[in-house]
Amino acid sequence: MKSGVVVFPGSNRERDMMRALEKITGIKSTPIWHADTDLPDLDLIVLCGGFSYGDYLRTGAIAARGRIMPAVAKAAEKGVRVLGVCNGFQILCEAGLLPGVLMRNANLKFVCREVKLEVANADTDFTRKYAQGQIWRCPVAHGDGNYVTDAETLKRLEGEGRVGLRYAEGTNPNGSLNDIAGVLNERGNVFGMMPHPENMIEPLNGATDGRALFESIMEAVA
Amino acid sequence: MIPNNVRITPELVAEHGLKPDEYQRILDLIGREPTLTELGIFSAMWNEHCSYKSSKKWLRTLPTTGPRVICGPGENAGVVDIGDGQAIIFKMESHNHPSYIEPHQGAATGVGGILRDVFTMGARPIAALNALRFGEPDHPRTRHIVSGVVAGIGSYGNAFGVPTVGGEVNFDPSYNGNCLVNAFAAGLADADKIFYSQAKGVGLPVVYLGSKTGRDGIHGATMASAEFDDDSEEKRPTVQIGDPFAEKLLLEACLELMASGAVIAIQDMGAAGLTCSAVEMGAKGDLGIELDLDTVPCREEGMSAYEMMLSESQERMLMVLDPAKEKEAEAIFRKWGLDFAVIGRTTDDLRFRIRQHGEVMADLPIKELGDQAPEYDRPFVKAAKPAALSHDAVPAPNDLADTLIRMLALPDMCSRRWVWEQYDHLILGNTAIGPGGDAAVVRIDDGPKGLAFTLDVTPRYCAADPQEGGKQAVAECWRNLTAVGAEPLAITDNLNFGNPERPEIMGQFVGCIEGIGEACRALDFPVVSGNVSLYNETNGKGILPTPAIGGVGLLPDIALRTTVAFKTEGEAILLVGETKGHIGQSIYLRDIVGKADDRSAPPPVDLAVERRNGDFIRTEIRAGNLTAVHDVSDGGVLVAAAEMAMAGNIGASLTPDTPLPLHIWAFAEDQARYVVTLPESKAAAFIERAGKAGVPVSRLGVTGGAELTVEGALPISLAAMKAAHEGWLPAYMAAGAEI
Repeated sequence: MKSGVVVFPGSNRERDMMRALEKITGIKSTPIWHADTDLPDLDLIVLCGGFSYGDYLRTGAIAARGRIMPAVAKAAEKGVRVLGVCNGFQILCEAGLLPGVLMRNANLKFVCREVKLEVANADTDFTRKYAQGQIWRCPVAHGDGNYVTDAETLKRLEGEGRVGLRYAEGTNPNGSLNDIAGVLNERGNVFGMMPHPENMIEPLNGATDGRALFESIMEAVA
Repeated sequence: MIPNNVRITPELVAEHGLKPDEYQRILDLIGREPTLTELGIFSAMWNEHCSYKSSKKWLRTLPTTGPRVICGPGENAGVVDIGDGQAIIFKMESHNHPSYIEPHQGAATGVGGILRDVFTMGARPIAALNALRFGEPDHPRTRHIVSGVVAGIGSYGNAFGVPTVGGEVNFDPSYNGNCLVNAFAAGLADADKIFYSQAKGVGLPVVYLGSKTGRDGIHGATMASAEFDDDSEEKRPTVQIGDPFAEKLLLEACLELMASGAVIAIQDMGAAGLTCSAVEMGAKGDLGIELDLDTVPCREEGMSAYEMMLSESQERMLMVLDPAKEKEAEAIFRKWGLDFAVIGRTTDDLRFRIRQHGEVMADLPIKELGDQAPEYDRPFVKAAKPAALSHDAVPAPNDLADTLIRMLALPDMCSRRWVWEQYDHLILGNTAIGPGGDAAVVRIDDGPKGLAFTLDVTPRYCAADPQEGGKQAVAECWRNLTAVGAEPLAITDNLNFGNPERPEIMGQFVGCIEGIGEACRALDFPVVSGNVSLYNETNGKGILPTPAIGGVGLLPDIALRTTVAFKTEGEAILLVGETKGHIGQSIYLRDIVGKADDRSAPPPVDLAVERRNGDFIRTEIRAGNLTAVHDVSDGGVLVAAAEMAMAGNIGASLTPDTPLPLHIWAFAEDQARYVVTLPESKAAAFIERAGKAGVPVSRLGVTGGAELTVEGALPISLAAMKAAHEGWLPAYMAAGAEI
């Protein structure tokens, strides 16, 4: 799987993400500079974690208007898989590629801890290597992960199986509606999630539960 | 704009924190009255924070060399060889005064400053830690300061993208008016690609990089060299504002620039900003520096030379560049959206010359600015050595179970989860042991090597007996590194004390330094960097002497690291080291018996025993023989066992291994001890090997069940212990409105 990771000023988990992608796919991932306007030929575009532009405006708001973003939107339209993790999720929402918005955590504090995730829909390009309802371990590290959307959109997301991942067993760390941890676009090729699967891929991390997420995408694009 | 040629009155001199004799020294040195800018430059270079004028004499007594030391004190950070062509670069620095005045920004910029110290030398930061001391929980300001400091550290480190993997938090009334924020950072570099601050070559461009200069932080270093009084709130404008986003860009741009081969010398603008960085680069290289302030990127209009030279705006760097690569260098900085300006050049006349609007605003001898700072041999009084406390003076508790629960929930003993969950401790994906253990462990690249980090000091021991307390701080640091399986390499020290002009405070300082030096020599644990923070007092009342020690250790293979958690049921629990029953200065005595004013001796540290026991433990860990290891410190052996049980969620039954009274056995704080576990089948051989090594070892019990039981006392459920241990800090922080 050919993958690329977009690097904005202030991105800071690009190394974690690129290393995870290389370890799992066996192929080096390509860094993509935010000021470029063209994308190489890729099977997966990743918007990684961090504090793009310092998150001094709404999180992800400036990056969502970055020069590379029209190319990302165009690729998504063509069906290329796009994964946004943490700040990447926030950027995808701000760019209108995913519905909803990530607000400040309900307790107003940054939180870094391991949570439990439930696979709410295993029939997606990003979760197919998990079993439906499977519970897996994954860390979060964010200050703005509180997923909010209007009632109608929420109903659609739930009804259309577009909630891919949910915080499980009372571990919702941020107050997200319906314990939502990750959502899909209508077409199912763009996925955003707050937790960091790239930090749960080898025994050192305490578990390897995050690998299946990347393996799912590999299978989907194969 | 403030004119440069104002008359220098005694009041103006005093306002700059200079004593009359120090001002006379300036007059003698330059043979005329200084301009206002020059006075500002002298005050910046000669304050305690930058000149170490009270501490220098004593710092020289510390051991700073060793086979692995590449660079000791005097540069931005210390550099230690870790083999395979790699080096670890680290330092700890205080941001105490600003953090009390403005907790969030004070702490945030403390983190920013220490990260900059590390990447200025060419290292990519891989770990951050912090040692925090706050006032008593009931003090009306404490909650506000805890909340602001923790949020500030998190906001900076999390956005910058370095894992914050450990540290210390303590509460004590002596910090009511003067909290301590000591920030530690470590970075990884190639051993042959370290960058230094010494300028080389005449007529080379001096380049300004990073954020623009504003009016923030003017006189920050001078403020940090004075005591606080009731008007300290008015000093808020001297605190700088941090921008971790700019710092992250600066990091990437600097590392890219260094890789290009353009950098000849580099110095970050920390305390006393442009002044200190330029003087240091020139003085170290035996070169003069000429700056044209009209070319300095500013974010405010009409800044005077005085203001520009004293601004402590953050996220700025000064470099001497290879002129042939100037264009390439500029392109790298523009790419990252950062300012890049040639603001001066190196000269051969050893003058520090500042021009603005075509006029010379300052013209000073550069070597003397740094080298001829006043140095004091301050008078000191050492307190008499205290006597050890007899067991008979220390009553037994009515109920050991209840007492243990209370101890686990004490402000100084409870879980710090509320703090470290606000720090990203996982970023970079190499955290092998995160916060909450004896030492943090971070894998190097893809392994198998790893580095261990810990910060330690027991201020109440230092107050009771500075020398023994200084020794203990180093010994505990060494022990914590050993307990995870690391070979202790070197330390950085952050020496926080009160007003050195008071002989009894100076006596504490001297005593602690003597103890630190003795321990470092005995344990082959050199000091490679550090920072001194004096005048930590408010209205004439000093803090507990707090020489925080930051230690770094090396693990050849992180697969062989050990943690504190009990691993499985039915394993043998052993105590390595001897429980003699030293209860003076213990947590039990201070917080349970309530003798906060006890003046008895702290536990003595026998450095030969420390070394013998620690070397044995490390050998056993590296042979894969131990399943859990925990150093015994605050709270004694029963608290250590309880922490291991809580971490592993496995209980234990314990049998006292000494004839001492039960509470003395449980809570004594004798040094050089570890609680370890291993499979029963391996216990006899382990005990035999310990005997051969001359290391005392005794059986404490066996793991298993959901309770901690002590023969003749307890049991107590793990759930109850955890509730108490985890509960106090969140409940405390949630209670009461912030000020």
